[in-house]
Amino acid sequence: MKVLVAVKRVVDYNVKVRPKADGSGVDLANVKMSINPFCEIAVEEAVRLKEKGVATEIVAVTVGAQQSQEQLRTALALGADRAILVSTDETLEPLSIAKCLKAICDAESPDIILMGKQAIDGDNNQTGQMLAALMGIGQATFASELVIDGANASVTREVDGGLQTLTLSLPLIVTADLRLNEPRYASLPNIMKAKKKPLDNTTPADLGVDVTPRVTQLSVELPAERQAGIKVDDVAQLVDKLKNEAKVIS
Amino acid sequence: MSILIVAEHDNSTLNVATLNSVTAAGVIGGDVHILVAGHGCSAVADQAAQVMGVAKVLLADSAAYAHALAENVALLVANLGAGYSHILATSTSNAKNIMPRAAALLDVQAISDISAVVDADTFKRPIYAGNVIATVKSSDAIKVIVVRGTAFDACPAEGGAAAIEAVTGEHDAGKSSFVSEAVAKSDRPELTAAEVVISGGRGMGNGENFALLDGIADKLGAAIGASRAAVDAGFVPNDMQVGQTGKIVAPDLYVAVGISGAIQHLAGMKDSKVIVAINKDEDAPIFSVADYGLVADLFDALPEFEAAL
Repeated sequence: MKVLVAVKRVVDYNVKVRPKADGSGVDLANVKMSINPFCEIAVEEAVRLKEKGVATEIVAVTVGAQQSQEQLRTALALGADRAILVSTDETLEPLSIAKCLKAICDAESPDIILMGKQAIDGDNNQTGQMLAALMGIGQATFASELVIDGANASVTREVDGGLQTLTLSLPLIVTADLRLNEPRYASLPNIMKAKKKPLDNTTPADLGVDVTPRVTQLSVELPAERQAGIKVDDVAQLVDKLKNEAKVIS
Repeated sequence: MSILIVAEHDNSTLNVATLNSVTAAGVIGGDVHILVAGHGCSAVADQAAQVMGVAKVLLADSAAYAHALAENVALLVANLGAGYSHILATSTSNAKNIMPRAAALLDVQAISDISAVVDADTFKRPIYAGNVIATVKSSDAIKVIVVRGTAFDACPAEGGAAAIEAVTGEHDAGKSSFVSEAVAKSDRPELTAAEVVISGGRGMGNGENFALLDGIADKLGAAIGASRAAVDAGFVPNDMQVGQTGKIVAPDLYVAVGISGAIQHLAGMKDSKVIVAINKDEDAPIFSVADYGLVADLFDALPEFEAAL
């Protein structure tokens, strides 16, 4: 059984980004980049499927700039067998990324496609759902548990009120939520081995995908700053302020 | 222009989150229709018909839509939505699941989590955990939009008298089926709809200590939330998570207890009207957004707070 796992290079989750002075975009100069945390969970899940003997091959894919090879190498170090970079200098929107991934999936025919539920840069939460639509297959988004049983998958999903369990036929797309697993750290020997694993390059044009954006970002700005308030001395003063100043409790 | 809103409901009650999208639709302008897709959900359609400002309710009642499976509902939304200029839904887990799929079926780039309408094709939305607000303009003929509920007030649930029209034909993709649901039953208000939210963080120490929040929540009629750190540590389930990757809340009063204030938590609550922080670390970032900060050990402060209410 073949597993395809899509990853994204994003600003590290510890970095607090700011708009550029002219508001034309986010200032990403000299900012630490990492694999998107939810993608890391997706890679871990793929590796666990292989360790359980469910998966036989893991292909890691990303769509992005040449530097995204670093994140593919991370995926290879964690246990992916080979990688594909769909190289582009443009910032692609989820629909274009989904179209590129569809072209890869058409060629690779994976049984299970894993990816993060959302990237922490654009916060779109769309690519998995869109890829599932384009491929006409089932989607199990926000997954917290994945069990493969023959030609079917049983997936537990994080929904607003709690948890929902679905069964879906393979092939399917699973997008990882926080609690699906806890990703391992790559060991040094595995990082060294990853450098020798195959990494193919292609482009959206090679895949025949039109990536013309539909949504343009006109400007970015800082959100309205919230002013820090006051420190109260004790609980009695806090309750008094809430009752008589803020008037939010009675 | 005409706008289709995909209703959030449980087959018996219209979820008030839907009302936020009706308000957003009012800002965009045009005829507003609500789609109620479910099974045995005519009561929901009746409620939707009374919502102020709604011109028509489309009722798609079929077993295929009973559990809002994305594969089926997205086909319906894409099919019906082709005749509209905008398709909206409020940012619930169902909407996040269904709307991008419907958008891809229509070959449209969806716009997630809008916090403001600039004009009919230009919107503001938070990116990077809300550290930056982007203004984006869509060139698609149909705009598929997920609305951040906390950014738009709920419109009046009554006062309207829309006609209800049954939608015929069902879309069953046959790709997925519902097995079970484990929804936490609680007498407390829903996190995203509560007027008061009290949340615990890693400082709570363990899951049992969250009981310290119960009495206060009872007295304030509050929902109980948690930071991602508390969820990661296994103290409480993920559906309690407030933050960038959890629920976005904006109550009248938000009380953060033992929460340091990581960027990703602030992204989920900093639009609350009044924020209270209780933390023993006086340098905790949460104090920079709090209207009232109390530097104290929560194990002393919480019982005292409960007694004082």
